[in-house]
Amino acid sequence: MSNVEDAKQSAMNSPLELAPDSWAPGNGPDPLIQHNGGRIGASVSRVDGGPKVRGAAPFAAEFALDDMVYAALVFSTIAKGRIATLDTTVAEAAPGVVLVMTHRNAPRMRPMPLFGTSEKAAGADSLPIMQDDRVRWNGQAVAVVLAETREQADHAASMIRVTYETEPATTSFEQAKANGTETAHLFGHDVHIEIGDAEAALAAAHVSVDATYRTPYQNHNAIEPHATTVAWHSDELVMHDASQLVGHQAWSLAHIFGIEEEQVRVTAPYVGGAFGGKGLWSHQVLAAAAAKLADRPVRLALSREGVYRLVGGRARTEQRVAIGAGADGRFDAIIHTGTAVSGRDKAAPEAFAFPTQSSYAAGSFQIDVQLAYQDMVTNTTMRAPGEAVGSFAIESAVDEVAVALGMDPIELRIRNEPDNDPITGRPFSSRHLVEAWRAGAERFGWAKRNPTPGTVRDGEWLVGMGCAAATHLYVRQPGGAARITLTSDGNVTVDVAAHDAGMGTATAQGQVIAERLGLEPEQVSFRFADSRMPGLVAALGSSQTVTVGAAVAAAQRVLVAELLKLVGHDSPLAGLTTEQVGVLDGGLAKLDEPARHESYTSILAGAGRDEIAVEASAPPPVEMMNWSMHSYGAMFCEVRVNGVTGETRVSRFLGSMDCGRVLNPKTATSQFRGGIIMGLGLALTEQTHFDERKGRIMNPSLAEYHLPVHMDVPEIDVIWTGIPDPHTPMGARGIGELSITGTGAAIANAIFNATGKRIRDLPITPDKLM
Amino acid sequence: MVTKDFSIRINGTAVGPPADPRVSLLDLLRETLQLHGTKKGCDQGACGACTVLADGERIVSCLALAVQYVGRNVVTIEGLAGDDELHPLQRAFIEHDGFQCGYCTPGQICSAVGMAAEARRGVPSHVTPDLTVGEVELTHDELRERMSGNLCRCGAHNGIVAAIAETCAGERK
Ligand code: FES
Ligand code: FES
Repeated sequence: MSNVEDAKQSAMNSPLELAPDSWAPGNGPDPLIQHNGGRIGASVSRVDGGPKVRGAAPFAAEFALDDMVYAALVFSTIAKGRIATLDTTVAEAAPGVVLVMTHRNAPRMRPMPLFGTSEKAAGADSLPIMQDDRVRWNGQAVAVVLAETREQADHAASMIRVTYETEPATTSFEQAKANGTETAHLFGHDVHIEIGDAEAALAAAHVSVDATYRTPYQNHNAIEPHATTVAWHSDELVMHDASQLVGHQAWSLAHIFGIEEEQVRVTAPYVGGAFGGKGLWSHQVLAAAAAKLADRPVRLALSREGVYRLVGGRARTEQRVAIGAGADGRFDAIIHTGTAVSGRDKAAPEAFAFPTQSSYAAGSFQIDVQLAYQDMVTNTTMRAPGEAVGSFAIESAVDEVAVALGMDPIELRIRNEPDNDPITGRPFSSRHLVEAWRAGAERFGWAKRNPTPGTVRDGEWLVGMGCAAATHLYVRQPGGAARITLTSDGNVTVDVAAHDAGMGTATAQGQVIAERLGLEPEQVSFRFADSRMPGLVAALGSSQTVTVGAAVAAAQRVLVAELLKLVGHDSPLAGLTTEQVGVLDGGLAKLDEPARHESYTSILAGAGRDEIAVEASAPPPVEMMNWSMHSYGAMFCEVRVNGVTGETRVSRFLGSMDCGRVLNPKTATSQFRGGIIMGLGLALTEQTHFDERKGRIMNPSLAEYHLPVHMDVPEIDVIWTGIPDPHTPMGARGIGELSITGTGAAIANAIFNATGKRIRDLPITPDKLM
Repeated sequence: MVTKDFSIRINGTAVGPPADPRVSLLDLLRETLQLHGTKKGCDQGACGACTVLADGERIVSCLALAVQYVGRNVVTIEGLAGDDELHPLQRAFIEHDGFQCGYCTPGQICSAVGMAAEARRGVPSHVTPDLTVGEVELTHDELRERMSGNLCRCGAHNGIVAAIAETCAGERK
């Protein structure tokens, strides 16, 4: 018998307890953590694999509606000012044109409710959308053309003539800083922390490093460009969208158009990558407005350039990191301060000091994130906002300290491993980063690294190894809710308004649900990404897995209570309470007497029911207040840098993760690799070029924004501690963003080891190494 | 009037060319024929999501005007295997998790089919050491170099390469 079958067999013999009412202290861990029925932890292939490889999975621009028209946009070419003249006559007369919408005829709409300002607000900014003649950034939409075909719409859009009265705009970083900055505000706090006198401790330290690190604008560049297909049915709006927050979006659209939340339905069954960029932006609002005005369904698919013009990316940062250390390597002072560019609303501050707030013990801290406003498309969250670029700075600086001390960078990190959260003093829920370091070092062959930079050569290639720590905050969202429908054939359907943009949500949740309900995976169907479903769950912060997991656990408690009401007097379960029963083999059983068992099918048949449906909300995420909660990783990299051309090739990479229980090794490995590859781009090639004179993005294309391609990507090795977190649903923590953190620094540190050159300015292009 | 001679064969079916000569092959597939398996990632030849096979050769259909393909045989992801069947490469992509969001996937798969044929014909790549050999062996580097026109933002590269390597190796046996 295989291990899995063994595990299944033993699971069949003992009922699985129900999850606690909440994850507060005293309620005990989720019993699923200890339970192994063989579903959780299995390397299951994606449940949506068939439709995806056949090209049969419908994405947002692939819903064909009767009588649908195509939208094309005209983008402003100045950064700030007003529209002086706007001539649409030729376009209006062009073949196939149904409507030209500008600020003159657009319906009155409220601005988007800014994400974070209320429970369901989704807007990336709160600027007026086509309500006046103002231009607020270079690339803003100033006209929408609807036509019978895409070609006709594009052609007509090209014939709209706009002139502008320009006003002075802030489009340079230096100007923005000179205008005055504001302290970033996140999770209800200013990002400003002082513990002790860090400057004095730095000055007095045995060794110190003090440097400035720079990271550029970046764009998500999901391969599916943003697209939406919308239709009004009298006063009801239906939107098939590329969205990672359908619930928030439905409420927000209702607010914008002055209708009830129930009158809006947003679906996103397949999303071609999101990475933080697929929230509510102006194009969805414009599509809905134009559809209303024309009284026709509309498909608005942004061109690749359109995505750059209308959807913001990761903000540019300039960070100072200074570390003072004693001769033994212990940190006396850590300073992590600096400035990030921001949109006016400051909705998504690039809070780069995050990793520094939990990574190391130190005698003193100074942390401060300032935001500088620029007139440009507002920045937003992009995979591990703050942490991806902040970890580049702090983890490069730690490497610099190791060099200054002549100490191994892994030993230096372990020496400064904190016992409790260094800022809040809270205990860690589960932190096994040291184990991850040890296991990773062993597997990667770290001991073979030559610590003297620039000494390992292979022909014209310089070879080096580097490492860095990864860290990402644990988040469980407060809005988790789920509906479970159990039918008389013993199958369940679970509905949650969550998302799967490639993370594998449906696959992993299917496994968890099967195990939690004692079913086979084939008996479970997980439906998601429809705003009419329960739950307010954005695909943000690597938080969906636990958010949905907690909601399903809550719904299961209700389901069990309802089932117990249905059992007959002669049932083996008669008279038992929810506390006395657990899940076993497609039914319920008495916890201490598994033989007292009745299957779901039998319970429903006995009660004459075809199905039973229950819905429940998850308890609030109090665990986040009780513990310092993060996922961790030890990242290892080997690079080869060409001594002649300065070209860097990443030849080996290992991520050794500590992220709680891994639910599906196959899809988790893919998530980790995906983050590492995006980190490889962050380190070496990716930059959105911004013309500081005109405020225009100069490379709005996949030809000129360089994503890592197959040839750039080595075989990436991923391992994990697999230690469950006792304070989270299923023992799991977030994994989607973790591995982009630390990767940039691991590569930069490897480049230093290879060449002796410390590059503190991303991306590390060949010119910086020549 | 469209006659047989002026049709494009798409997955074996004759299709009339579009009346509007501006229509790209990609938009003909997606908007007229509702063959949405072929994806649009950039519409400018930079991402490979729109890759289809034209007379067995991989092309980016966003840079192809549909009217140029009159008289040609176009195979899209929908036509690679029979209705209920999966092409071996499609199966291998599932097994090796060669995708996450799945948006680049049809392009990767069609591209791989065309790429393997190029290697069999001895078409060299930037990393081919010997330009005179007939059939080029699809080493890890050859495969990655030849697939580099197909972008994947989810970072499924390792799985994609494993799936193609396994399938192409299987074909050679
Ligand atoms: S859509 Fe054709 S190459 Fe990108
Ligand atoms: S699987 Fe998402 S872009 Fe490749």
